[in-house]
Amino acid sequence: MKFAYYPGCSAHGSSADYEISTQAVCRTLGMELADIPDWNCCGSTPAHAIDTELSTALCVRNLDIAAKENVEKLLTSCPSCLSNLRLARHRMQDQQFRTRVNELLDAPAAKEFPQTYSVMEMLHEIYGPDIIAGRVHKPLTGIRLAPYYGCLMSRPAEIMNFGDPENPTVMEDLLTACGADTLDFPLKTECCGASFGIPERSMTARLSGKILELATRMQADALVVACPLCQMNLDLRQEQASKAMNTSFHMPVLYFTQVLGLAFGLPPEALGFNKLCVDAGPLLRKLATAQKSGGAA
Amino acid sequence: MRIGVFICHCGSNIGGTVDCAQVAHDAQSLPEVVYAINLMYSCAEPGQAAIEEAIKEYQLTGVVVASCSPRMHEPTFRRTVERAGLNRYMFEMANIREHVSWIGKDKEANTNKANELVAMAVEKLRRNRPLHAQSFDVNKRVLVIGGGVAGIQAALDCADGNIPVVLVEREATIGGKMAKLDKTFPTVDCSACILGPKMVDVAQHPNITLHAFSEIESISGYVGNFTVTIRKKSTYVDWTKCTGCGACTEKCPNKKTPDAFNEFTGPTTAISIAFPQAIPKRAVINPDYCRQLQKGKCGVCAKICPTGAIKYEMEDEVITEEVGAIVAATGYDLMDWTVYQEYGGGRYPDVITSLQYERLLSASGPTGGHVKRPSDGREPKNVVFIQCVGSRDKSIGRPYCSGFCCMYTAKQAVLTKEHIPDAQSFVFYMDIRASGKLYDEFIRRTIEEYGTEYIRGRVSKIYPDGKGSYTVCGVDTLMGKAITVSADLVVLAVGIEGSKDASKLAEKLRISYDKYGFFMESHPKLKPVQTNTAGVFLAGVCQGTKDIPSSVSQGSAAASKVLTLFSADKLQNDPQISAVDIKRCVGCGKCVQTCPFGAIQLTEIRGQEKAQVIDTVCQGCGLCSSTCPQGAIQLAHSTDNQILAEVHALCQR
Repeated sequence: MKFAYYPGCSAHGSSADYEISTQAVCRTLGMELADIPDWNCCGSTPAHAIDTELSTALCVRNLDIAAKENVEKLLTSCPSCLSNLRLARHRMQDQQFRTRVNELLDAPAAKEFPQTYSVMEMLHEIYGPDIIAGRVHKPLTGIRLAPYYGCLMSRPAEIMNFGDPENPTVMEDLLTACGADTLDFPLKTECCGASFGIPERSMTARLSGKILELATRMQADALVVACPLCQMNLDLRQEQASKAMNTSFHMPVLYFTQVLGLAFGLPPEALGFNKLCVDAGPLLRKLATAQKSGGAA
Repeated sequence: MRIGVFICHCGSNIGGTVDCAQVAHDAQSLPEVVYAINLMYSCAEPGQAAIEEAIKEYQLTGVVVASCSPRMHEPTFRRTVERAGLNRYMFEMANIREHVSWIGKDKEANTNKANELVAMAVEKLRRNRPLHAQSFDVNKRVLVIGGGVAGIQAALDCADGNIPVVLVEREATIGGKMAKLDKTFPTVDCSACILGPKMVDVAQHPNITLHAFSEIESISGYVGNFTVTIRKKSTYVDWTKCTGCGACTEKCPNKKTPDAFNEFTGPTTAISIAFPQAIPKRAVINPDYCRQLQKGKCGVCAKICPTGAIKYEMEDEVITEEVGAIVAATGYDLMDWTVYQEYGGGRYPDVITSLQYERLLSASGPTGGHVKRPSDGREPKNVVFIQCVGSRDKSIGRPYCSGFCCMYTAKQAVLTKEHIPDAQSFVFYMDIRASGKLYDEFIRRTIEEYGTEYIRGRVSKIYPDGKGSYTVCGVDTLMGKAITVSADLVVLAVGIEGSKDASKLAEKLRISYDKYGFFMESHPKLKPVQTNTAGVFLAGVCQGTKDIPSSVSQGSAAASKVLTLFSADKLQNDPQISAVDIKRCVGCGKCVQTCPFGAIQLTEIRGQEKAQVIDTVCQGCGLCSSTCPQGAIQLAHSTDNQILAEVHALCQR
């Protein structure tokens, strides 16, 4: 199955491991993710924080390309891109707003755009927990995983349409299908501090610290995320968060696709584990031990 | 016919946007109108006197008043014309307030519309005929549905007024929600102790027949003569033999049966008595958990029962009662608060409802009145109360205030301190609504004497902190900052809605209800206990949110309405009912099918099937008249000819 894919800028930089593992997992399941041609940045936080029309225009250019390619469903991994693309499609239903955005573009955009979906939601919808479980070669038995969606995947609820905005459960289904011990992680939709990591470092450190603290208390082996920026704040900035909370965290922060890949039996190096700042080695060793003893029993 | 037309200014209500003098002037040229004038307040005494004088002076035989909605003052003006010697049905009303002046600002257009409505009323009046009511007997017995404090009060007041009462309660005991409460605000007196004597009075009153563990199956008939069928649900215990000794509940081996009376805060036995002061104090078997009924072996209760009351083969019984009036007092239930996923959506054992907290506080509750956390039995030190969980929250479709949560939360904060002196209570609130007698004083005491910390703001999230307590994140809007509070126990003041299945009962009673399951009163200010179905009255929270004093007041008010109704030996029917022209009727029976009240039957007249209206049952809705293919069934006072004349008057202009 071939799908139109919007990788987003992070995929080619800070979240290369997310991209590698997403591609690997989709390939294993028989999904081909094909980039839409000549895509551009969605505008990310800077664009929508300053100018809604500019932000929308940047997204609409991508949606317009997808529309011209007769794409029905556009996939993306990044929740921030997802949010911007879905909001742009929604905002363009307002005729006055559409007119103003069209003025920013070289040519007026298509009348209708395809809807954008997260890779996570599509894996859940197309394959579902049962088929995913069937593809698992190395079940993650005994591994305690705390699913963390971040604030964007489910909000605003009427745009994202991703279950209960306070308690989405799609990732739990996927992790449980991998045989992992999935925790009911109460802070799964709390904010990590997002892009305030640069202007308000101490605030982000505190917000991320809260999440890492609870995951540590719940004895999670890893936090599992779906967002490049969350991953960066929780992983790259984990030392800052440790300082803010007066402790020393050692919490691997994995993309859900890395977890799926492990369960499918793909080698960690093919899933970008070498890109992680907090070493997932202890987790991998725990897994190997568990699988060995599980195999012997 | 000599018609008089009176155009009411209603002060500036109508006069402000309708040229009333012009309407009166124009009415003088309408057919058969001999007199027309505008009045400042036609419903006031001088206005009514003016109408009476004009009837006499101009020998009027019919009157049109153009003023407010007939729902407001039609009865007033009918009495006015009657005093002047006319038949009360030789009167018509044109609604130029709700239908004209209150909805339009354009004076010229309003005046035109008022003219049209007056012309229509005149044309209808020209075809009115004097109608005469018939009288019928009243069955002076009353049915009270619901045995909470409102129903109990209504039943006792009626019974004390020498009226036989049939009291039907869905649960195994009367007492309703009040029986579950530990204490009541603002006096902090024991709820069971003040309700208990009233419950005993119900049991002992010679005029009250109590059907507990029973539900209304169907209701037919009309004011003065209702027939009600009641399903007495099987208790598997012969209550004529059961003495309420409780031996069976001690020996029952299934001790893990969910306990609805205790709001599921602790288990009970498969055969149980709700609580020590239950009325009737009789045992009931929960068939879903009874080993004998589920697996066919056990029979312990039957062996132990000293009176041989256990009857595993018992089935539901349907009985019929005849009454003349009905009081609905079905109370409320909590809304489904698990929609608040940010509060755990029911997943965290120590996040409980305030009704559950009442049971933990109560000496007859599952913890014997010692406050213990459901998760680990530990005594909580920090207790957080969250108000308006499902009240005043448009985002979940609950825009209304539940009315009593501010007060019971304060009471629970006080009780927390009394049970656990070193406990600290926090209350997250939106506004404190304490408008009752001694209520605000109570709130002040809660804050000043009991050290309860009131925090103005909403809670955004509750989650287990991984150390055995809960983190409550919220905002303090007075300080303008986000705050977190560590809680051992969180109590949610869950909003209320009409009781479960209230809408089904409303349909049986043929009364209206709103989308939250509350029954609609006849008038929100002036007829708070009446409904639009004659002979059906409301008491307590089933009509809208209210606390115990208000529920008791409304229970008494409903009883006084019943006693007033029963003060006459005969009632008069409304003559605006259907009648069949048997020459035109072909006996097709469509009217029989369409009548919602069962007021039409087919009878044989000279060898032919004909429809016949039962006068006392007909409510005058007119459905039959619009259904009849022959035009054979006509509604008196709203005949086809009258309606067509009105349409003609309107379209001809």
